[in-house]
Amino acid sequence: MKFLPQVAFLIALGVTAYLIYRRVSRISANIKLGRSLDRTDNPSARWKTMLRIAFGQQKMFDKPLVGILHFLVYAGFVLINIEVLEIIIDGITGTHRIFAGLLGGFYTILISFFEFLAVGVLLACVIFLIRRHLLKVPRFSNPEMKGWPALDATVILVVEITLMAAILLMNAADTVLQAKGAAHYPQTGAFLFSQMFTPMLEGLSMNALVVIERVGWWFHILGIFAFAVYVTYSKHLHIALAFPNTYFSNLQPKGYMDNMESVTNEVQLALGLKEDDGNMPEIDRFGAKDINDLTWKNLMDAYSCTECGRCTSNCPANITGKKLSPRKVMMDTRDRMEEIGEYIAKGGELDKALTEGHGLYSDERISKEELMACTTCNACTDACPINIDPLSIILQMRRYIALEEADTPQSWNSMFTNIENNMAPWQFSPTDRFNWAENLND
Amino acid sequence: MDIKPVLNVKKMSEMTYKVPLMADLAAEGKTPEVLFWVGCAGSFDDRYKKVTIAMVKILNKVGIDFAVLGTEESCTGDPAKRAGREDLFQMQAIGNIELLNAYNIKKIVTACPHCFNILKNEYKELGGDYDVIHHSTFLQQLIDAGKVKMTEGGEFKGKKITYHDSCYLGRANDIYEAPRKVLEQLDADLVEMKRCRTKGLCCGAGGAQMFKDAEKGKKEINVERIEDALETGANVVAAACPFCMTMMTDGVKSKEREHDVKVFDLAEIVADAEGLS
Repeated sequence: MKFLPQVAFLIALGVTAYLIYRRVSRISANIKLGRSLDRTDNPSARWKTMLRIAFGQQKMFDKPLVGILHFLVYAGFVLINIEVLEIIIDGITGTHRIFAGLLGGFYTILISFFEFLAVGVLLACVIFLIRRHLLKVPRFSNPEMKGWPALDATVILVVEITLMAAILLMNAADTVLQAKGAAHYPQTGAFLFSQMFTPMLEGLSMNALVVIERVGWWFHILGIFAFAVYVTYSKHLHIALAFPNTYFSNLQPKGYMDNMESVTNEVQLALGLKEDDGNMPEIDRFGAKDINDLTWKNLMDAYSCTECGRCTSNCPANITGKKLSPRKVMMDTRDRMEEIGEYIAKGGELDKALTEGHGLYSDERISKEELMACTTCNACTDACPINIDPLSIILQMRRYIALEEADTPQSWNSMFTNIENNMAPWQFSPTDRFNWAENLND
Repeated sequence: MDIKPVLNVKKMSEMTYKVPLMADLAAEGKTPEVLFWVGCAGSFDDRYKKVTIAMVKILNKVGIDFAVLGTEESCTGDPAKRAGREDLFQMQAIGNIELLNAYNIKKIVTACPHCFNILKNEYKELGGDYDVIHHSTFLQQLIDAGKVKMTEGGEFKGKKITYHDSCYLGRANDIYEAPRKVLEQLDADLVEMKRCRTKGLCCGAGGAQMFKDAEKGKKEINVERIEDALETGANVVAAACPFCMTMMTDGVKSKEREHDVKVFDLAEIVADAEGLS
């Protein structure tokens, strides 16, 4: 019986680790469905980008107040994990507050600091809930946010508030137990915030206090385990993926649009600059119709997106009431990836999976109307706090529409014809191109 | 292809503006210091031709050794590429690169941010590696070098001016300060719109939107943008892109403010302050 809590803890830890491992394997396999793309060049610039954008959260401070609140939650999350480490060691070995003996007086300062962070996280999350549900920030209520995405956001915030409250309750009961001289509770002295709750607990019996302390402890750690698993299914995955996603950022100028080598081969053949030596690479598809035509980075972007909607709220098309929403592009990509990943996990082939459900390019997911509305202005890529690139997906899908389906709008087709025939997008004679100079000395 | 001779007509201000053609210089065995890439809008759009002329006047005045391609110039392929027609873009690019390389061009200046972006960023992989600068940077360099002083007064002196960021200059290539520095050289009141620099709102024409109607929505993007400009109380909207110029001008018309709000390109403003108009 003595080891029962330790056994229970180890089982919980093992189950959590297994579930996360299984889910991470699935996410990794799904991302690998994407095309290859080399993003390993210039490691020093990549590290700097990651440190600045993910670690330092530079772009979050475009909105200073939200930036501070978000930084508080982030710092709280990272630093309070030191306490989680203690909890895990205690849970496995059956000790209690093992770091207290090692750190002495500094332990009290450390836990007090964690409590300060916990209160900060708690308040920030309450403010975030108010912003979402009472202040009605417009970008949180776009059509793509109905249902699960909105619920996901609320669940994350409520869980974080509850976990932080459990820490404070656990610490308060602990210090009261210490004062009453309970066995196995090392003396740490009162902590910064939880001491405010101790008067409420002082009248309780020793047994009741132990129950409160243990319930707080178990609730906190099991909550963290459950949340860790939940995060891998949620938009909240950005807490992990923000780091690799910014490391593998596009380092080219934002205006650069990649060169299609497959097209270069075709064009050089057509112009007689190259002869078909029979070794021309087979081309599966020009542009992107579904997720496997996109690059792995596009797919990692989709898993990294936390649906904050800054892209959409800065998109000129969306601002003026068009259907395009860069955030929805990312959400659709992720949903489609999950659908295909699920099919493959059940033993299906990728080729068959692509014919199931609604394809990425379809009226049910990313429609032609949305793709045609983009001005390629890069407001979305600039706004994203973790350098997600919705424009890359939009442009690859436009290539599919233009090159595979030849389904571009009529006015664009005229523009193409003009370029081919008149060397200008308008219908002017190329021989008139220099006529402007006639008025130079008027 | 018939190539027109260099125009060389006397002007009242005693300055005769020249537009050397690349083909002529090459025939004489010369390579100019810089190629002025005029672009399709600069060649054909009636409004933007004035910007081309302003640029040529400035180039003449500062005595830069330049040339244009004239009828040999061809669309860079930008609208085709952004609309998805990579094949058409590459056909255009390969043709242009062959021409530019044959003329041994090293440095290109252009007033069009779309030409600028594609020549600078996307021709390289196809064999066209040039030092490409946008006219905003070019003008700023002339000011820094003391070659352009903008001390002739002109119609912009003392006016309230707001600058509209072009996406293909700003976010696409991180050029925010050069156009502003050019405007600051004027004795004018430069005011910013609420959405500016990295947060500047697109005029609505990028990504080949210039060549098609907008999708269904509740408003045109250029109207949304001109409201930002009008909110500043400026009488002059400065642009640095032919498409922005068209969209902002149409925006002013939609608000029926043509009488007191005008849209000008940086080059026109500089030429005016240099007494070249």
